[in-house]
Amino acid sequence: MSQSTTDHLTDNSTGMSYLDSLPRRIVTVFLPLLIFVFVLLFPFYWMAITAVKPNFQLTDYNNYSPLWVVQPTLDHIKYLLFETSYPAWLWNTIFISVAATFISLVTSVFAAYAIERLRFHGSRWVGLGIFLAYLVPPSILFIPLAIMVFGIGIYDTKLALILTYPTFLVPFSTWLLMGYFRSIPFELEECALVDGASRWQILIKVLLPLSVPGLISAGIFSFTLSWNEFIYALTFIQSSENKTVPVGVLTELVRSDVYEWGSLMAGALIGSLPVVILYSFFVDYYVSSMTGAVKE
Amino acid sequence: MAVTTARDAKAAPARRSFWSGIGQGRHVLGLLFMLPAAAFLLFFLTYPLGLGVWLGFTDTRIGRTGVFIGIENYQSLFEDSLFWLVVFNTLLYTIAASILKFALGLWLALLLNQHLPFKAFFRAVVLLPWVVPTVLSAIAFWWIFDSQYSIISWALIRMGLIDAPINFLGDVTNARASVIAANVWRGIPFVAISLLAGLQTIPPSLHEAATLDGATNWQRFRFITLPMLSPIIAVVMTFSVLFTFTDFQLIYVLTRGGPLNSTHLMATLSFQRAIPGGSLGEGAAIAVAMIPFLLAAILFSYFGLQRRKWQQGGGD
Repeated sequence: MSQSTTDHLTDNSTGMSYLDSLPRRIVTVFLPLLIFVFVLLFPFYWMAITAVKPNFQLTDYNNYSPLWVVQPTLDHIKYLLFETSYPAWLWNTIFISVAATFISLVTSVFAAYAIERLRFHGSRWVGLGIFLAYLVPPSILFIPLAIMVFGIGIYDTKLALILTYPTFLVPFSTWLLMGYFRSIPFELEECALVDGASRWQILIKVLLPLSVPGLISAGIFSFTLSWNEFIYALTFIQSSENKTVPVGVLTELVRSDVYEWGSLMAGALIGSLPVVILYSFFVDYYVSSMTGAVKE
Repeated sequence: MAVTTARDAKAAPARRSFWSGIGQGRHVLGLLFMLPAAAFLLFFLTYPLGLGVWLGFTDTRIGRTGVFIGIENYQSLFEDSLFWLVVFNTLLYTIAASILKFALGLWLALLLNQHLPFKAFFRAVVLLPWVVPTVLSAIAFWWIFDSQYSIISWALIRMGLIDAPINFLGDVTNARASVIAANVWRGIPFVAISLLAGLQTIPPSLHEAATLDGATNWQRFRFITLPMLSPIIAVVMTFSVLFTFTDFQLIYVLTRGGPLNSTHLMATLSFQRAIPGGSLGEGAAIAVAMIPFLLAAILFSYFGLQRRKWQQGGGD
């Protein structure tokens, strides 16, 4: 949203780096940065290398360096895809995340428009309420929600998750879209009003086309949050075929006797890939939604 | 926001007839547009919040509706030494992890704010731990912290620093340090990227002026960067504290509260008592016991923010 201004500021703020000599910069900037990047990325490397390591190399550190793999194998991934319910979990996660994101986006657009632009009586209080709702963590809601989910008969169905995920997606998306709508000039809307457009037409034909970046931010962020959700999925889902990837990997692939690290890591890797790919395409939207949510 | 409000106020007298014509419709339509979100949040957020508080006063178990038993749950928790150990663990976990996340995150943000080649790449890569599902990265940490085949132990042994593999998750102190390290690993990107956004709003002219006046790097950091950044620090750290305090996933994967309950947090204890244990009432009481701590964290940052409004050019 403010990508161009941000870049512009970035370039300026580095204007004094010439004051530092190169060796000094290597020690104070590049070296710590490389250590940070190494530590932050190593678990992913370790995940990936374990996923393709044959079992006999996995625990034999004397004959094989643990940091590299000779004769990489796809056995773990094959096992995962053909001998476990992993594909079903993957599909469940995609389905639930897309559905929850869609519901949240639609309701959030209306709510954000009403709060930010219609400014009905009490809209400020509703806006504050939305922000407070954002601060309610799932760990204090899952017990009563479990009782409700059971009570309305959707326990152990995908619907249970599709309906409960918006509790943390709607506040976030509404808050983000409110900020985005605020950045769109009010005059555009006034012109349309004067020309006789209804509020509905203004929202659909004027505001939404201008808010596409904001919608993408809210959408991919909501998708990621749903994908990563754990405690609701763990509590509300019982049967193997309805589980999501994080729950499935942890509850079904982990057996108490033998840890099959290869397939566990393959499961973690494949389960992370969709969000990582999505992220790599929309880095700037991610950053703007994350910082947008923080900057009020 | 301030702009549109001012505009409304100014435009209102001039166009009274226009606004009064659609004014009524605006409010009705506003409520109509709010309806889906409000219905969702009232039914799946506000109501369960209330239900949770109520459950805390009952002896509900799985499969049996409970009756009101007053503060009995809280009384038994109060006398339960495990509960107090868990409160201590949660506070230790939150405070240690938050301080580390803040210090390292700020450092990383300052590094990323420098003039660097491949800056966009670094920024993108740094956020990765935050993007992948916590449970899945926690499983990777579980393998990294393996008692026999830990890659960290292997590296340290190869360097000659230790003789035997470290028992990361089996020893009280080590387990606490390990879960905190994993939490910090996941939390640094959020803090760093948010603070980086804050850093980029600081006008470079301030730093240039201070340098001309002979300020050292430390003085520029202490008297320009830090004060200018404090509003955003307050928000970021509130979120960070909130989500660390209520953390569940990482502990559930790595230790399930062990060894000797030394890493049990309030959220994991609440889950353990409520779902596998079946005492929904007691679990809810533990969850409700987290609320005062969360409110304290929110109020702390709210007042932290209030005092410093002038720093962003708003208000006086």
